[in-house]
Amino acid sequence: MKTRKAKKNLKKTEILGLEFKKIEKARKLSDGITANVQKYINLHTTTTIERATLRLLGADGADKNGVPVPNIIVDKMKDKISEGVSKYYLNALVKSGKTPGELNNEIANGLDISKMELGDESKIKSKAKEMVEALDKRLSENVKFRNQKIKEYSSNEKKPWIYVIVATGNIYEDVKQAQAAAMEGADIIAVIRTTAQSLLDYVPYGATTEGFGGTYATQENFRIMRKALDEVGDKLKRYIRLVNYCSGLCMPEIAAMGAMERLDMMLNDSMYGILFRDINMYRTFTDQFFSRMINASVEIIINTGEDNYLTTSDAVEKAHTVLTSQFINESFAKRAGMKEDLIGLGHAFEMNPDIKNGFLLEFSQALMAREIFPLHPLKYMPPTKFMTGDIFKGYAMNTMFNFVTKATNQTIQLLGMLTEAIHTPYLQDRFLAIENAKYVHNNIADFLGEVSFKKDGIIVKRAKQVLDESVKMLEEVNKIGLFDAIEKGMFADVKRPKDGGKGFEGVFEKSEDYFNPIEDYLKNKLKIR
Amino acid sequence: MNLVKPYGDTLNDGAMQISFTLPVPFGGKAKECAKLYLEKLGFKKADIVHMAELSESFSFFVAYVKTDVSIDYDSVEFTPAIDKAMSMDEVNAFIKEKIKRKVVVVGAATGFDAHTVGIDAIMNMKGYNHHFGLERYPMIEAMNMGAQVPNEKLIETAKKINADAILISQIVTQKDSHIKNLTNFIELIEAEKLRDKFVLIVGGPRINNKLALELGFDAGFGPGTYAEDVATFIVKKLYEKKVK
Repeated sequence: MKTRKAKKNLKKTEILGLEFKKIEKARKLSDGITANVQKYINLHTTTTIERATLRLLGADGADKNGVPVPNIIVDKMKDKISEGVSKYYLNALVKSGKTPGELNNEIANGLDISKMELGDESKIKSKAKEMVEALDKRLSENVKFRNQKIKEYSSNEKKPWIYVIVATGNIYEDVKQAQAAAMEGADIIAVIRTTAQSLLDYVPYGATTEGFGGTYATQENFRIMRKALDEVGDKLKRYIRLVNYCSGLCMPEIAAMGAMERLDMMLNDSMYGILFRDINMYRTFTDQFFSRMINASVEIIINTGEDNYLTTSDAVEKAHTVLTSQFINESFAKRAGMKEDLIGLGHAFEMNPDIKNGFLLEFSQALMAREIFPLHPLKYMPPTKFMTGDIFKGYAMNTMFNFVTKATNQTIQLLGMLTEAIHTPYLQDRFLAIENAKYVHNNIADFLGEVSFKKDGIIVKRAKQVLDESVKMLEEVNKIGLFDAIEKGMFADVKRPKDGGKGFEGVFEKSEDYFNPIEDYLKNKLKIR
Repeated sequence: MNLVKPYGDTLNDGAMQISFTLPVPFGGKAKECAKLYLEKLGFKKADIVHMAELSESFSFFVAYVKTDVSIDYDSVEFTPAIDKAMSMDEVNAFIKEKIKRKVVVVGAATGFDAHTVGIDAIMNMKGYNHHFGLERYPMIEAMNMGAQVPNEKLIETAKKINADAILISQIVTQKDSHIKNLTNFIELIEAEKLRDKFVLIVGGPRINNKLALELGFDAGFGPGTYAEDVATFIVKKLYEKKVK
């Protein structure tokens, strides 16, 4: 990625002339906002954090009713979650002398490890060390493999990365469509999950061939798709990135599975679950931190979900809420050890196409994001809200979107489908979308270097206005606190009570002797605190 | 009798454009296959004007075809849910004058459907594309329950708030999940003997009035529907029930 980092003597951004002083102020305010939430996060754990920890230590599989082993373990230890559940799993490994696979089988068949008396602490700790070292080896190899492939094929890499979705509801059918999309030119494949998986408080086990609007995210499905993309990638001499959804009630577990199976990106937002899935805010904030540490440790790029704001709010009036959320997401991500090049902040091309000069406003917003977040792999999302059954107009709108994406140097581009609002994409819809994007990306390749913008023109003025509004909003949120701001409906026009939503019962205060070797490992690796 | 055929640039030329994919490798044989297939469908003249390779085993075609088939326009039966929508002000005036109390409407995207965009467009204060939603209507009390609401819960809520009308949004239609869900809703409400207590309306990109009536709803609305269309149907239906 080109870096356009501010030189010390520059007071304003290069193209739009946004004041660095204001941008810095916004960052400081955001850090103040997240600092208060982080205090809460540091004192708590959740059922899914404990399950993610178990997974990373080897717990896997499911019983005959499909209940995953990590859930079986945690469900029997509700009274012990405060002290950390992994201790009991490690203890069972020590005492039984079994491998994780053998132990998992026994747990699936009814062994209750919470009933096994805790043995010598030093033995548990040395078992933890052994398991963490094995995990570290596996994860490091994944990172090494990915980086080596990216390097090997770097001459074939183009930006923006073309991101498309497969959503057949059957992992084996998804594989065919994903491979076809890669051959057509897609760089990134997202496998849509079944509707409502975000509300399941467990991650299903094994390969799946059913679901609505997508199939389940499972570790086996990750593995199947990873293999398929590696195969087609080697053929094409391009590294094809794989994405899934690290959101909902099992954020940290999805992150754990993605880390082990070498996913490359995760949709992972600090507030999305609260606002759009009515998941409890304390649960979400605590989970996002742990999941982001995992993602950071294996260099998985996160994609934040600001595009969603614009489906419930007006894209012109509420543009500043997107920027505000980007600042907050960035701050949370940094607290979880993420570097800028892993923080894929989201935004979208969602203004009503009937607005006069709407294109200029979209251009302004996209360029503003690029200038404020120069090192971030920005994720730009296509029109959806104003897509109708008119596929011809839709195709034209997507062309305009492609123009803004390339001209403002976005990194990750989720392509718009001409049949958005009709059905999940047909093979040919995806092909037409990729053809359109490739045409525009090439045809205007060096556009931005050729133009400058009027100082008092629509584009420059609009960006300044949105930044000003965002700073104002951050000041307000900073004053009342993020929990209250969400309760008041300041984001996405959605109000969520603090103790409302799903999953609150799964949040636990950590006891003084809380034990979690994975958390220690991640914090140590990422140099947190 | 008024026989009609597609119009390209001359009356009755029967010209149509078609695009589609076949699971065959790209090449001359694929093109011939696509042409023959269109002829097999009954088209008289099929020109494959463009083809592209989607992957090793899939090819995409754009075709122009001509047809001899015509249809009698006069014999087409069609009943829209409403003839003409009243404006928001007209709806309010109608309620004040003829119903003489506030109208209560509850809505949700039900079943597994996680998309609120449809129900929000109709119900939320802001509405969609400069058409205010039902929450904005002074004479309507609108309650939007959001997405992924179980049918049972929607019915329970409708009973509790004594709703006049229930709106259901269905965006996800993969594998006909919407049909199953809507059928389940009607079965539940009939089992409780509440079918006639409410005006039942369904909306979504793949919904039309005919389908809704077949499934047992009072009306169905497809793409391009605004709150005033739905409101017009509700108040007229309520008035009709009242007069009866």
